[in-house]
Amino acid sequence: MLAVFVKEINSFLNSLIAYIVIAVFLTSIGLLMWVFPESSILEYGYADMSSLFTLGPYVFMFLIPAITMRFFSEEKRIGTEELLMTKPLSNFQIILGKYFAGFALVVMSIVPTLIYFYSVYTLGNPIGNLDVSGTVGSYVGLVLLGGVFVAIGVFSSALTDNQVVAFVLSVFLCFVIYSGLSSMATIDVWGNASIWLEQMSLVFHYDSLSRGLIDISDLVYFVSVIAIMILLTQLKLDAKKW
Amino acid sequence: MSIEVLNLTKLYGPQKAVDAISFSAKKGEILGFLGPNGAGKSTTMKIATGYLGATSGSVEIEGIDIERNPLEAKKKIGYLPEHNPLYLDMYIHEFLAFTGKINQMKSSEMKNGVKRVVEMCGLTLEQNKKIGQLSKGYRQRVGLAQALLHDPPVLILDEPTTGLDPNQILEIRRLIKEVSKDKTVIFSSHIMQEVEALCDRVVLINKGRLIADKPIAEFSKGSTGEAMLRVEFKVPIDTAPLAAIEEVLEVSEIQPGIYKLKVKESEAARSAVFKLAGESNLPLVGLQEEESSFDEIFHLLTKEN
Repeated sequence: MLAVFVKEINSFLNSLIAYIVIAVFLTSIGLLMWVFPESSILEYGYADMSSLFTLGPYVFMFLIPAITMRFFSEEKRIGTEELLMTKPLSNFQIILGKYFAGFALVVMSIVPTLIYFYSVYTLGNPIGNLDVSGTVGSYVGLVLLGGVFVAIGVFSSALTDNQVVAFVLSVFLCFVIYSGLSSMATIDVWGNASIWLEQMSLVFHYDSLSRGLIDISDLVYFVSVIAIMILLTQLKLDAKKW
Repeated sequence: MSIEVLNLTKLYGPQKAVDAISFSAKKGEILGFLGPNGAGKSTTMKIATGYLGATSGSVEIEGIDIERNPLEAKKKIGYLPEHNPLYLDMYIHEFLAFTGKINQMKSSEMKNGVKRVVEMCGLTLEQNKKIGQLSKGYRQRVGLAQALLHDPPVLILDEPTTGLDPNQILEIRRLIKEVSKDKTVIFSSHIMQEVEALCDRVVLINKGRLIADKPIAEFSKGSTGEAMLRVEFKVPIDTAPLAAIEEVLEVSEIQPGIYKLKVKESEAARSAVFKLAGESNLPLVGLQEEESSFDEIFHLLTKEN
């Protein structure tokens, strides 16, 4: 697993993907938080980081599929999948290696935003007038959301040997699970099931974390979605053997 | 037995890609896996290496069932897939280190191992290049190096020489011969000469079925002792006297003056043709036994079954 992880990280670094992803994420988040008047903290006047946490998921919705789209589809297209899968390495190890490489890149792009946290913290009047527990909860939520999006991306890329298809599919799936389900719940046809549908959506648990309460049920939700996606990926890869 | 394939069957929908094939190979043996394109060679190899699953039947590598214990069995295999897929953006050393690691080699043995295969496969001069910069021949060597790195007892090579120039083909053949001493090598090909040059034994398959499994010596002769002669005269002649020779079974004209004879015993037939030319004063300019081409042997063998 470690070998696959290292290989993927190296290929991120060699192919500039890592730098571009981190740079684009930080630039767009930086612009949204500090420059664009609509969402700028400076204009808003409150020491609050909510613009990072409400807009970050939408930036990730496009960036993470761009990271993960090549994971399996590229291997399939150039045939190296055969090389990898005939080595003494289980499919599960291959998936985890790739998953954690993608996840590591997401974490690497979130870490520099801690500088924003520090800035907002010191800009507050009085200094430190910031909802720290809410922000920590939001960070946990954002990292876990990244984890879910990477898992969705890994799964989509296992479905096809076309990277564009993998990208579009995972953007769509990320959208559906993030806010699509909860938006659907507002349609007046579900009756009592609408609360159930609402709770299936990621934004429900993400918001709950951002209130500063790290609830086990929210964590279980994130981890289960990741686990389901990874198991589906494994199912898809194992299907070769049938 | 190093490799034991038993009643292997693979269905793609209703189509039988591999149909109840059984064969085995032992240590030190080079087994040629021969068949036309689409015969099921690659499918068989993919199942034997654990990439695809079989519909029924089993494959054992050194006594380990690939289906039941894939990780242990895969450790014993070095595999060069068809078309030799490689990570083109990796450096040769990086790639070999990566395959060594996923083969669970220790770092000390890996260092020596990488050095050994780099030398063995003639990559010393190129070893610091990216794989994407290499020519096809060198890429093929990297593919072989990757298969040999963990010193596996079983080597499975899927058409290792396609697309190479004649010199490179010779080198790859020499390499295969060299490593085969203490290993079992199975390699597939659709080129008869290649199989003749390398193999101890040949397994011939067509349309997923096993047609023949015998030592190369019996195989290359064909089974009836028939041969093809190419006879060239300066000017077109009347073919009746040629056809009248006792050993000649069939005469066909390829071009004016050039004839193809199907004969029973090649040596007797050739001297008879010479004799005829001398006696009847025919301007004979060429006489040659054609190497029995794959097609002909193949047709012969498929007819027998």
